[in-house]
Amino acid sequence: MLLREVEYARPASVQEALRLLGEHDGARALAGGQTLINVMKARVASPDVLVDLHDLQELRGIELGADGTLDLGAMTTYADVIDSAEVRARPILAEVCAQIADVQVRNRGTIGGNVCSNDPTNHLPPLLVAIGATMTILGADGERSVPAADFFLGVYMTAAGPGELLTKISVPPGKHDGFASVPIGRDGTCIVNVAASLNGEARLAIGCVDAVPVLVKLEATDEEAIRQAVHAANLDPPADVHASADYRRHLAQVLSVRAVAQARKGS
Amino acid sequence: MDPVSRKTITVDVNGEGFEREVDARRLLIHFIRDDLDLTGSHIGCDTGNCGACSVLVDGVLVKSCMMLAIQADGARIETVEGLAQDGELNALQQSFSDHHALQCGYCTPGMLMSATALLRQNGSPSDEEIRRGIQGNICRCTGYVNIVEAIRAASE
Repeated sequence: MLLREVEYARPASVQEALRLLGEHDGARALAGGQTLINVMKARVASPDVLVDLHDLQELRGIELGADGTLDLGAMTTYADVIDSAEVRARPILAEVCAQIADVQVRNRGTIGGNVCSNDPTNHLPPLLVAIGATMTILGADGERSVPAADFFLGVYMTAAGPGELLTKISVPPGKHDGFASVPIGRDGTCIVNVAASLNGEARLAIGCVDAVPVLVKLEATDEEAIRQAVHAANLDPPADVHASADYRRHLAQVLSVRAVAQARKGS
Repeated sequence: MDPVSRKTITVDVNGEGFEREVDARRLLIHFIRDDLDLTGSHIGCDTGNCGACSVLVDGVLVKSCMMLAIQADGARIETVEGLAQDGELNALQQSFSDHHALQCGYCTPGMLMSATALLRQNGSPSDEEIRRGIQGNICRCTGYVNIVEAIRAASE
């Protein structure tokens, strides 16, 4: 398909990328392109300038700190996460990345792109909210940290604003995590997905039911308590060809119970 | 580097060097098919779902409709045309033929590239691993059974 005319730059440093993003109205960061290129075909997005982050080694790589914190560069691909020895410190990350789309998409798609596009059906937004990740955002005014629970602002909107870059996702240590979804075909788009984390407080984050992941804190983790907590969240999910709103509400409860059951086992 | 709308790129495709000027908006699949006249790689859906355009870029399996040609500047690209040597099908291609792993053949170039990538990483994949390896490639004729058999046989 012929895309609308666009300009392209491949900066060699993060500072140059920020300069380009700041200088040009309508500039957009290009990560793995597994969403952006497609929405450009459909003219849903029509950036004037693509700033390709591919060469920015500072945004790649995975580090496991002495305290167990995992720092993942925003340009880390799903395949990198799946293959990483360090990421085994928080096994749910690789497990969920292996459920995203297919080999080709996992080879190019990045974790930063997944969260910055913030499609409500994406896997990583609810997961990162549930496990209490922290996002590092770099802009002309310097660096700031935003908890994942405050990062997702709306459909396709995040705390990383125009002229800013998500550089790093930091994940605290923990083992007791779960993820359950009903996708359209194996590893397809999720109809509803739920991430659970039982490290300290018991947290659920439900995806696909609102513009942003819905965080639910659990008082107890027996099935009845989980169902009641999800019911009390008063979900108002969309209805579409794949599922009615009622069915999504039903799935939110069922998948929450399953995600917590997995988290209990210690992933 | 300031933003450009056109650029001269150099790529190595199946061992042969090419230099072409491309629009920034040109998809890699169009560059391969229309600029280099290598029409083995197909466009099925043009939405990143079907995998018919799958090629290897620097050894990594990608869908070439979800990548810009300008992003491939300096890359080593492998397409289905690079599989046969001296006019002889390679073992994987021959196995597809022997096992009737195609009917209309439209998905076959992408299937072959996905299977090539899989077998390089995993010399003896299980059926489950084969199915996961070709998960990004849609075939509407065969029901996949013969494709899985062909890939398994080629790995043995």
